[in-house]
Amino acid sequence: MRESTASPLTKRKSSKRWTIHLFPIPALIIYGMFVLYPILAALSYSFFEWRGMARGDFIGFRNFVTLFTTEPYGSMFWNAFKHNILYFVVQMVVMNGVAFFLAFIIYQKIKGAEFFKAAFFLPRLLSVIVVGFLWKLILNPNFGTLNVLLEKLGLETLQKAWLGDPGTALIAIILVNCWFGLGFGVLIFLAGFQGIPGELIEAAKLDGAKGLTLLRTIYLPLMVPSIMIMGILTFIQSFEAFELVYAMQGSMGEPYYSTDTLAVFFYRLAFGSSTASGTTAIGLGSALATVLFLFILICTTVFLRFANKKDVQM
Amino acid sequence: MKQGAIWVRPFYYLVVFTVATISLYPILLMILSSFKKSVDIYKDPLGFPTSFSLDTYRTLLSKIPFTTYFMNSIFVSIVSVVLIVVVCSLASFYIARFKFSWNHALFFIFLLGMMIPIKLGIVPLFILMRDLGLVNSLWALILMNTATGIPLSMLILTGFFKTMPYELEEAARIDGAGNLRVLWHVVLPLMRPALGTVVIINFIAAWNDFFFPLIFITEKMKRTIPVGMMSLFGEHSADWGSLFAGLTLASLPMILLFFIASKQFMEGLTAGAIK
Repeated sequence: MRESTASPLTKRKSSKRWTIHLFPIPALIIYGMFVLYPILAALSYSFFEWRGMARGDFIGFRNFVTLFTTEPYGSMFWNAFKHNILYFVVQMVVMNGVAFFLAFIIYQKIKGAEFFKAAFFLPRLLSVIVVGFLWKLILNPNFGTLNVLLEKLGLETLQKAWLGDPGTALIAIILVNCWFGLGFGVLIFLAGFQGIPGELIEAAKLDGAKGLTLLRTIYLPLMVPSIMIMGILTFIQSFEAFELVYAMQGSMGEPYYSTDTLAVFFYRLAFGSSTASGTTAIGLGSALATVLFLFILICTTVFLRFANKKDVQM
Repeated sequence: MKQGAIWVRPFYYLVVFTVATISLYPILLMILSSFKKSVDIYKDPLGFPTSFSLDTYRTLLSKIPFTTYFMNSIFVSIVSVVLIVVVCSLASFYIARFKFSWNHALFFIFLLGMMIPIKLGIVPLFILMRDLGLVNSLWALILMNTATGIPLSMLILTGFFKTMPYELEEAARIDGAGNLRVLWHVVLPLMRPALGTVVIINFIAAWNDFFFPLIFITEKMKRTIPVGMMSLFGEHSADWGSLFAGLTLASLPMILLFFIASKQFMEGLTAGAIK
């Protein structure tokens, strides 16, 4: 090679030039092995027959057909899917709605802004499993804080077995999730507000815009990028919802699957449930994973396209 | 108009106070209840503890090997963070400071990870870990934390690398320093803010991770705190005093760190979403 004729100095240089290509290798190997490979493998698994953890023959789309046309899988899928949609909608309206308003208030330079930011954010530092168990104790029908508090306020009629009633269990879990994620939303929206050029606001104020009018006509349109970011993050997180349901209601989404989500359903298929029919169904689980993965991917891509058209930067 | 201004401010304060109470009260309740005997919790769940006793904590430690869980969590979190910092510093240095034609594509592949719902790949992951002999090994958790932490860390570090001037680096190169020495002695010391962010996000994620230990760890003494909580609630659900003590101990390290560096925490955790 040329190096043999080169002076010692350039020789050292060219060997350095080669070693630089080793720099990204460790990250690539770890990331490739434990993120890229498993997700691609999961997609391929859905086209095979499975007996326990052993892969059988290639069976095309048969797992997908079984998943959607055989009971109880078909109805379980749509039941869980509806819950994921509700998860997303409630979080968008309640969590992001409140977070937006709180961020707007803090942006108005109130006293103690730093304290309030930290207070809203603190729950986000707890493990989801801690959040789930803590709220399970708070929502306990007999000794839970919420029912005792309602009693002290003379509101006994509102007392409920929050997590035992199919009518309230799911909404209770989603609201706990809102409690957990609120502070994060506040910070994102606050950064959005603070990124708005001051001259725009001054000009609008000179034109006589005030309060809610100012919020609606000036702030809201300029906040579209932050709203989009929170929308996408909330969407992905809603369709991945697993830990909180698992911690509070177990792998069966109790009571009577009223809190089941697609990820919990997937967990049951892949690792079995505590019931008598506790066999694993890797093929069906992988088919479900594929459907869910493509759904998330397509929705976020469409959303991003739409966002880019509206000249929004991510 | 003026009238509006009079009630608007108090209304704002009312709102932030109410929400802050809702945010903080459950956490305060958790800590206070951890000092109460179970009987007192049943009798008066809202009351302050009448006497501060550490009995609940003693019972808790006798019921579950909390110290082991704690050490496991510490080990997993620290090694994961160190690994992430090392591999991501190397890789983002390569992507941000050199202009090879494939660097864009490489960066894109790393960022793709932020959109991948990795939980859905758990079956192949389980088979992979089994074949590597890592089921029931803390290294399975370390590798998962590292792998899932890479995309966001790459985004943060690469972004920061790009903003740094080349002059210092070039001066060092003229003096004959190799790539590794440039990175270690010249570039990394200037990267402290970005590295701090990366450390914080990944430490929180590793400390609180529940899903992967749930799948990969079945041996009792290999559990990390979140899965330890799971067994505590499964086996000793009647003793509420100890339950609250367990939840408090599991959260305390994060809460204390937050008090020390709340600004860095909040900036860190939102760093991925804000440019």
